[in-house]
Amino acid sequence: MELYQGALDVPTIFNRWLESESESNYGAYIPFVGTIRAENGIEALSFDIYEPVLQKWFDEWVVKAEKLGAKVKMAHALGDVPVHTSSYISAVFSPKRRVALELIDEFVEDFKANAPIWKYDVIDGKRIYAEDRSTPMSGSGLLA
Amino acid sequence: MIKVEFLGPIAQESLEIEAITLAEVALELQKIETIAVWLDKCAVAVNDEMTNDLSMVLKSGDRVSILPPVCGG
Repeated sequence: MELYQGALDVPTIFNRWLESESESNYGAYIPFVGTIRAENGIEALSFDIYEPVLQKWFDEWVVKAEKLGAKVKMAHALGDVPVHTSSYISAVFSPKRRVALELIDEFVEDFKANAPIWKYDVIDGKRIYAEDRSTPMSGSGLLA
Repeated sequence: MIKVEFLGPIAQESLEIEAITLAEVALELQKIETIAVWLDKCAVAVNDEMTNDLSMVLKSGDRVSILPPVCGG
């Protein structure tokens, strides 16, 4: 898992991951790249991350992938990420395509639901919590 | 003392409270109006482990984190 201040250098990360597994005999490499779209007048999105819980979430996925003979990777941005740049890359390597295709779907969806990352719209230099696009994590409401 | 920290967009400084269980932490937090409005949509971690157990016994120095709705990517 890799965290970076600001927008991700997608080609560099993408290629480094590809090269790092070039001798691993994986037949499939499926990356997912999340890019900030220009909409609703935003200049950028901005992100807060709680790294200790994110690391544990990711480590559980590493184990889950290993049991399928696969490997997961992810990189995410901290702070402001301008429109038309990227905040998130994840990828799955696996011996054959089917495992990677299914795993990338589950991995990205679980990331959206349970990775402790908070998103803000940046409009006129102000940071506004993207509450309407946010999802309560598993087990929410325990203290209510 | 139990340290309670509020993550992401919850504009609230950390608190230190006396509590033996997570249920007691809940009762204390429900008394604070600005925090109570978040509780039904927040998840909880104790010492960075996510938990669903309200009866969890706490010891002095434990850290309770309150995690509001997320949106990575």
